[in-house]
Amino acid sequence: MTKQVQQLDRVIIRFAGDSGDGMQLTGDRFTQETAAFGNDLSTLPNFPAEIRAPAGTLPGVSSFQLHFADHDILTPGDAPNVLVAMNPAALKANLGDLPRGADLIVNTDEFTKRNLAKVGYASNPVEDESLSEYRVHALPLTSMTVKALEDFDISKKDAERAKNMFALGLLSWLYHRPTEGTLAFLEKKFAKKPEIMKANIAAFQAGWSFGETTEAFSVQYEIKPADHEPGLYRNITGNTALAYGLVAAGQLSGLPIYLGSYPITPASDILHELSRHKRFGVRTFQAEDEIAAVGAALGASFGGSLGVTTTSGPGLALKSETIGLAVATELPLVVVDVQRAGPSTGMPTKTEQADLLQAMHGRNGEAPVPVIAPRSPADCFDAALEAGRIAVKYRTPVILLSDGYLANGSEPWKIPDVAALPRIEPDFAPADQEDFQPFQRDPETLARPWAIPGTPGLEHRIGGLEKADGSGNISYDPANHDRMVRLRQAKVDGIARDIEPLAVDDPSGEARVLVLGWGGTYGAISAAVRRVRRSGQRVAQAHLRHLNPFPANIEQVLRSYDRVVVPEINLGQLALLLRGRFLVDVIGYNRVRGLPFKAEELAGVIQDVIDSE
Amino acid sequence: MNGVNGHGHRALSLVPKTDAKQTLKDFKTDQEVRWCPGCGDYAILAAVQSFLPELGLRRENITFVSGIGCSSRFPYYMNTYGFHSIHGRAPAIATGLATSRPDLSVWVVTGDGDALSIGGNHLIHALRRNVNLKILLFNNRIYGLTKGQYSPTSEVGKITKSTPMGSLDAPFNPISLAIGAEGTFVARTIDSDRKHLQSVLRAAAQHEGTALVEIYQNCNIFNDGAFDPLKDAAVRDDVTIRLEDGQPIVFGANGEKALRRTNTGAFEVVNVTDVDPSEIAVHDAGNPDPSQAFALSRLDQPAFTHTPIGVFRNVDRPSYDEEMRAQMDDAVAKQGAGDLAALLSSGDTWRID
Repeated sequence: MTKQVQQLDRVIIRFAGDSGDGMQLTGDRFTQETAAFGNDLSTLPNFPAEIRAPAGTLPGVSSFQLHFADHDILTPGDAPNVLVAMNPAALKANLGDLPRGADLIVNTDEFTKRNLAKVGYASNPVEDESLSEYRVHALPLTSMTVKALEDFDISKKDAERAKNMFALGLLSWLYHRPTEGTLAFLEKKFAKKPEIMKANIAAFQAGWSFGETTEAFSVQYEIKPADHEPGLYRNITGNTALAYGLVAAGQLSGLPIYLGSYPITPASDILHELSRHKRFGVRTFQAEDEIAAVGAALGASFGGSLGVTTTSGPGLALKSETIGLAVATELPLVVVDVQRAGPSTGMPTKTEQADLLQAMHGRNGEAPVPVIAPRSPADCFDAALEAGRIAVKYRTPVILLSDGYLANGSEPWKIPDVAALPRIEPDFAPADQEDFQPFQRDPETLARPWAIPGTPGLEHRIGGLEKADGSGNISYDPANHDRMVRLRQAKVDGIARDIEPLAVDDPSGEARVLVLGWGGTYGAISAAVRRVRRSGQRVAQAHLRHLNPFPANIEQVLRSYDRVVVPEINLGQLALLLRGRFLVDVIGYNRVRGLPFKAEELAGVIQDVIDSE
Repeated sequence: MNGVNGHGHRALSLVPKTDAKQTLKDFKTDQEVRWCPGCGDYAILAAVQSFLPELGLRRENITFVSGIGCSSRFPYYMNTYGFHSIHGRAPAIATGLATSRPDLSVWVVTGDGDALSIGGNHLIHALRRNVNLKILLFNNRIYGLTKGQYSPTSEVGKITKSTPMGSLDAPFNPISLAIGAEGTFVARTIDSDRKHLQSVLRAAAQHEGTALVEIYQNCNIFNDGAFDPLKDAAVRDDVTIRLEDGQPIVFGANGEKALRRTNTGAFEVVNVTDVDPSEIAVHDAGNPDPSQAFALSRLDQPAFTHTPIGVFRNVDRPSYDEEMRAQMDDAVAKQGAGDLAALLSSGDTWRID
């Protein structure tokens, strides 16, 4: 039958199910189809820390949200237009986010008395009136899948497990997605299990055909490709982009990358990714603990590699003494902190921005470290490259503050032209110098020579003890210590001359309110600013990539506006730094729910500040 | 020169050699040595400085890495590259260096507190991985730099500043620990016996993988005389068992005592004249089964009734460094050298014109 086709400019879909239902895979496949189709997109996976929480319970719910559009979008979307709920727990956990009139696809097979009771439903919401404000599509997805696969020589369990592919097929039909990518993916994934492969493909196709023939869906939707600038694109998560940025830093500097890492959520994927790129001269070392991980990285840097360590907040705490040693010995080191909700173990799979002050100050003594934060998943590539550049040029540890949202979220990425990427000069100290001084600084950068073992004539000793300016010999001289403390600080401060000034987006030039953010909140803040501007208001926006040192013009920017709003997913850490440094009375907006900001809430916050002018 | 078991030169094969004649003086720095007068560390420093020339390595390709403690000042006095790092972390830092630079001879200098207390984790993992590190563990059974607290090798009941009523901790036996941690080269020597010390260093230097050398070292300020039974000419030959690979384990001033293995696997001391020569244990450092080396290590008790010194264990196992290099080479051989542009555009891509 011919169905009506309706044009939409954007859609937000959330797939939700039990953590064993394959929702991340389903979401990921739908994302790839959407990327290949040419929509702009942004994703938000949300999953429990437990590998398999008890089936059918609220803690076991895993979801994947995808926002895609025919225009440039910035966030995974505030509220889904479509929720696919594979079981009662998924419905209950996600219903609160669903706006009235949204489409709700539920797998009725899982709405058994037992499963309903598990999550506290007294009666079946699909059958009573409680879902009346939504467009409910009650479908027996599991039994339809099993029926579609009855001719296959597979177990009932395996047939049931293919229900996510049935759902994917249905959604792919509903939104006109290209299917070649998913078919190729299934062929590769199950290459060693041909019967399972065929069954999954059949389930996917059955879902598609069901959409075409059923009367449950009368409308099919079309979202035109977005108007991206010309180029070659791929979809990329923050962790993959960050890993690629590190590989690129190695290639562009000619330095071998040495990753010392200890598995920790949500940073482990960077270790996994880099361990696959040995042919780029990337060494990966899974250490016995976080301290050994950063220690090995620093040892490798001493030997002339670019040492890198990847972790999350609790691991950064453990590494702090070694980062201090890197400050004292003035060796290059990239420390990646994929922030997650804290304190302590906190909520490992949930995002937060609360490690900023730890990155800035979490070491004994005066131990300044450059801090850089990417703003979007794809931006993790550029941020990692920048971290490598600064670490090598200034012989310093650099902390790169990603977060759980950026790490797992994805967006289309215009693949850069490798030839146009900037080179990094390691500039090793040349051999056989008379009276070599390991702490004699470059007058411009204040960086010390990087004299690596194996270089004749430059044998020297370094360590955590205070060193005499120039010679690097142990020194307890009071004046020397004061000078060295100031020199190390001046070196980091001086990087401000070598970074982009803070760019302000103020189209009218007449805004009185500035919104200043940093890191992973860029998308939500930008979307909020757009909303406010659409309503005819003026607001300026700026976003910090460099947190230490701040860009040279930051004070001037702050003083150019009557009010400065600083939204952060912490209790006001950047705000504290700005107030302390510049005596500017910034207005914080702080929520720490383990989730990214919603554009709508930030728009409201900005509007309130404008109204109070 | 071959290792104790005739192993090849793998350990140092990638380290550049020099033809220039080196002497002890070449390895001295201009830094004033600041250990307490009479410290055993002086003897170890002199032994290492006078031993290194025989390896014939380029000085710039030797690196000493240390943690924190009296012994960890060692790198400042060696005219090589050196890294005085963080308490307990030297094996971790040295692992990064050694696994990324096969052209370096990397030595770790550590103490009983540094290696066995705060850094115990890194030590055991370096040993099990078999990273190409030569670890010199100066064991003085006391915390010196913090002025005299008991250490993880102090005997139970030790009265110190932090244990006025005696320490409660059962000590580690570093040799047992290293063997238990899958160490491939485990040895013990004494600061006061330069010839023995250098013979052990010689074997350690040639070993592919981690070599742990425990050096009994006297702290004359906070734990003076800790190893006197092994040094006192009147009794030392009766209590010191000098292990020599392939030789019957015989000791005593006139070789009158020997070791025999009991049916529990432990060793007992017997009079040579009381047993058939076939019953006398023969030292086998290269035995893949570590139980004999472990049983030997258990003879050493705080009272020094019988203390074996020498190489307890010296077995051949690929080093972590070798295996890591092999994987890197294999990746290039199978997939070709990395192509950044190809990597960035891997996976599902689409073009917008």
